[in-house]
Amino acid sequence: MKNKILDMTTLDKTLLKELDAYINLLDGDKGEHLIHVLHKAQELFGYLPQNLQLYVARKLDLSGARVNGVVTFYSFFNEEPVGKYKISVCMGTACFVKGADKVLERVESLTKTKKNEISEDGLFTIKDVRCIGACGLAPVMTVNDKVYGKVKPNDVDEIIRYYRGLEDENN
Amino acid sequence: MKLIDKMVQCSINGINITVEKGTTILDAAEKVGIHIPTLCHLNLADFGVVNKNANCRVCVVEEENSHKLLPSCAEKVVDGMKIQTDSLKAVMGRRTNLELLLSNHPQDCLTCVKNLDCELQSLAHELNIKEIHYQGEKMQHPVDLTSFGIAKDTNKCIMCRRCVTMCNDIQTVGVLSPLKRGFDSVVATAFHLDLGQTSCTYCGQCVSVCPTGALAEMNDSPKVWRALNNPNKKVIVQVAPAVRAAIGEEFGYEAGTILTGKVVSGLKRLGFDEVYDTNFGADLTIIEEATELIERIQGEKTLPMLTSCCPAWVQFIEHQFPELLDVPSSCKSPQQMVGILTKTYYAEKNNVDPKDIVMVSVMPCVAKKAEAAREELNKDGLSDVDYVVTTRELAKMIKEAAIDFKKLPDGNFNKLLGESTGASAIFGTTGGVIEAATRTAYEMITGKELKQVNFKQMRGIEGIREAKVKIDDLELNIGIAHGLGNARKILEDIRDGKSNFHAIEIMACPGGCIGGGGQPYHHGDIEILKKRQKALYDLDKSMPKRKSHENEMVLQLYEDYLGKPGSHKAHELLHTAYSAKERI
Repeated sequence: MKNKILDMTTLDKTLLKELDAYINLLDGDKGEHLIHVLHKAQELFGYLPQNLQLYVARKLDLSGARVNGVVTFYSFFNEEPVGKYKISVCMGTACFVKGADKVLERVESLTKTKKNEISEDGLFTIKDVRCIGACGLAPVMTVNDKVYGKVKPNDVDEIIRYYRGLEDENN
Repeated sequence: MKLIDKMVQCSINGINITVEKGTTILDAAEKVGIHIPTLCHLNLADFGVVNKNANCRVCVVEEENSHKLLPSCAEKVVDGMKIQTDSLKAVMGRRTNLELLLSNHPQDCLTCVKNLDCELQSLAHELNIKEIHYQGEKMQHPVDLTSFGIAKDTNKCIMCRRCVTMCNDIQTVGVLSPLKRGFDSVVATAFHLDLGQTSCTYCGQCVSVCPTGALAEMNDSPKVWRALNNPNKKVIVQVAPAVRAAIGEEFGYEAGTILTGKVVSGLKRLGFDEVYDTNFGADLTIIEEATELIERIQGEKTLPMLTSCCPAWVQFIEHQFPELLDVPSSCKSPQQMVGILTKTYYAEKNNVDPKDIVMVSVMPCVAKKAEAAREELNKDGLSDVDYVVTTRELAKMIKEAAIDFKKLPDGNFNKLLGESTGASAIFGTTGGVIEAATRTAYEMITGKELKQVNFKQMRGIEGIREAKVKIDDLELNIGIAHGLGNARKILEDIRDGKSNFHAIEIMACPGGCIGGGGQPYHHGDIEILKKRQKALYDLDKSMPKRKSHENEMVLQLYEDYLGKPGSHKAHELLHTAYSAKERI
């Protein structure tokens, strides 16, 4: 492979075996199951680096562009490594008019991390996402599976402190 | 079901019309002579190409009952619909949508490669846009000039997705896809790779349907101008069969006007030292290819044999079916044959150092640019062909030089590599190469004269065709495919051992080279392709010789230089090998 980022030999063999096993169980046209396979791949690898996307494309007999198109369409999928805690700030219309941009700003400054990036300590990844369907609670942010509603910029301090605290406990 | 259940009634601008269920508003309007402007819509149904995904919203019309604006290209007629295509709401809706498309467009029309040949520009004119009321943030994508074939300027893309339809549904190459969403959405390659790093075949069908300047051929004319102005170089040019049937469109001729003589004169006026005919190379290809086919049949070697003149098709098999590389004929394409012979045969005869020869081709094709750049197609480090310009680029060069094309006298190709037969003329259309090969193979096998040279069953525009030809006690099974999606089906059959063909002709572009990515833009008018095709068959019919092996200059070449067809020297100069490539 001329292009290093697409070199599939660097992918973890054990995890690939597990992914293969999952793909082998799929019925019919495997390409139809692309999204499921991507879910599984992200669950295994934590994110979907480009060489893994290409691996999936080959396995499902799809073009790399098709797989990359789906991965980049859904904000659920990550092309870059993600932190232990994925903070998503909803930028849907309802959240936005209620000040979601201020919330995002505070998250960025407290974690010293820009959106779509991972913090230096590897703890946090910041994402701005489209409507997550909780407009009644606007503005909304989520940390992994936990949903925080009616968040004010000041609330962000406490939320971040909580997750940092969890880490300190673990250590 | 009664007929009446299959029909629906509506009115369009007050005209009542009954149409079949499933008819779009656009098609219904056309039936009553009402024109609705479109942009992303593309309909080349006879070639299996239809793009109607209602992306651009330029074709909106008003439905009076609901007062809604509907995209007429995709919305189907429903019983009782009252359509207005020219109400204020419809007219303003179209204008607004077009203005929004223009709001983040670079608007550098004066210097754009598509100036005066751009569907976005024509539409702005047609809809009388005099002011753009929105200022969008301009895109800042780098322009991809990394491949030898196609230049991609994403900033000019309006996301109509015609190219995506071509690349994925028709050609099944799958290099282009929409990435991301919303404002960030772009049509791009996987991981934004440079085109040169992907499995792009450079067929150029994306270019031929792009309504704007987002996709175009790489411009090689500056290099040709420089060569022409270098007194130390012998600059020699060759012209492909399909060019002569299409170039007239750039100068106001009816589609399908054959203008070989004017092209030759034009090239001489531009300053080329010798003007050769790629058709000569085509006749030569046929002799080599027919020899190889007979050898493969009689020697019980790999069958079927696939033609190899189409470089996009060769790229396709290398990337997509690397396990089948023993199937294509080893013959180089006519372009490469004329190139290498110029740098050897011509050079030796005229005592010219091959280093001082610049070989230029005029091709209907952008993949030919990439073919000329292939590393293995050279001798002693000198490329067989140096520069390739498309039919469009040549037309621009002629205009640039202020040559009045219509007033040019009819010129003749130079001797040595300048004669051609009717068999080579039809190389430019789907079915033509294999028909030409059959004419020659028949006489080579039987030693008898072939009286009826027209193989009508090989002609047409269906995507995949079959023909059976009796040659003595051998029944030759012939397959023909055009469009790479159709080629894929044939290749899958071969891979799975389900193919019983002896020989198969494949051309990457729908229609063959007449519909090549370097031809004058047809803007979705399928009649243009049909006229070009007919022109080549008419040209064949008008030629005194219609079998490749009757080409006297080709026979002379064998006598003087190559020995006999398939000889060691012929193999050294006229044949090549293929290498497996990755699929991305």
